Amino acid sequence: MPGPHHISRRDFVKLTTVAVGAAIGAVIGVPSVAFLISPALRAGSKDAWAPIGNLEDIPVGEPFAFSFTRTQVNGWERTATNFGGFVLRKSEDPADILILSSRCTHLACQVSWQAESRVYVCPCHDAAFDVEGNVLDGPPPRPLDVYDEFQVDEGGNLLIHVKEG
Amino acid sequence: MWKKLYAWLDERLGLNDLYKATLDRPEPKGNWWNTLGSASLFLFLLQGATGIFLAVYYTPSPDHAYDSIQYIMTGVQFGWLIRGIHHWGASLMVMVVFIHMLRVFITASYKYPRELTWLVGIGLLLATLGMGFTGYLLPWNQKSFWATTVGTQIAGSVPFIGEFILKALRGGTDLSALTLQRFFAAHIWMLPAVLAGLVGVHLFLIIKHGESQFPARED
Repeated sequence: MPGPHHISRRDFVKLTTVAVGAAIGAVIGVPSVAFLISPALRAGSKDAWAPIGNLEDIPVGEPFAFSFTRTQVNGWERTATNFGGFVLRKSEDPADILILSSRCTHLACQVSWQAESRVYVCPCHDAAFDVEGNVLDGPPPRPLDVYDEFQVDEGGNLLIHVKEG
Repeated sequence: MWKKLYAWLDERLGLNDLYKATLDRPEPKGNWWNTLGSASLFLFLLQGATGIFLAVYYTPSPDHAYDSIQYIMTGVQFGWLIRGIHHWGASLMVMVVFIHMLRVFITASYKYPRELTWLVGIGLLLATLGMGFTGYLLPWNQKSFWATTVGTQIAGSVPFIGEFILKALRGGTDLSALTLQRFFAAHIWMLPAVLAGLVGVHLFLIIKHGESQFPARED
């Protein structure tokens, strides 16, 4: 006598088949898809805050050279990129800081600070930049790049925001 | 609507005949030993599927082969599972194929009219062993390096042409990047192509002749 929750044998078999099939499909499908898209799910962004020195060690009015290396790991491949630049404290105010990249805007050679003539000089094509990074002489198409995002933490450490490799 | 679509397809593809020939064909009364052929086929497909997935991350170069497998095992989600299935599936396939051959031999199923099925089966066994041999080198660890060194040396002990065989297998006198690359090519292209072709012929012959009757006491 069929009750209120009656289900025919045929429907029961159908339902069970679909349920078991779906379970098997999920057990095979989920690992397969996860395997393929795994690198895309990895939390990893290129930008980071890099510490470049303590304000106590950086003199006011004179460019202070810094450099650091960032390592990117993609699967089994490791890439190291060097970064360098100069910090210029214009006054005692911890916000009154100009941070320049030492990468020449012409062909990416490293510029160096000449204290006597007060210019940045690029060794590759004799380009010269003033203390603010503006082009004075030579082939560079634009002023030195500026790290305009920086912060000073409680300990007085200066950190800059790097967005690449 | 679906019935009409099915009828349309059946008329052009012969789906009903296909179904009858593969899944609804008459079978002699058998036992579990008769399922080993299907098990081999299933393992072949499983190895193919997991192998294709592994190829997404594996790099056949001496500089990166080991690291890429470490990455599959620790860096990729379910990488350990896919590689584990491929690893154990390989050993299982060799075993199942071999026991399948023993079953055919013991039940005398290789006799007329199935001699060709047996001969093609020998090809399948050799190709399966070839898959095992070439796949063993790919992790590029100490065990696989020295196993392949010894394996190719054994092949090199053939009189007169041994040195040529050894050089052909290794792609030179030493086990090198060339060896890894050619074993990889053999493992994912040549041997699978041979296996797929022979499996096709093997299945065709089985469907054509049907399975052999189990020998009775008076046979």
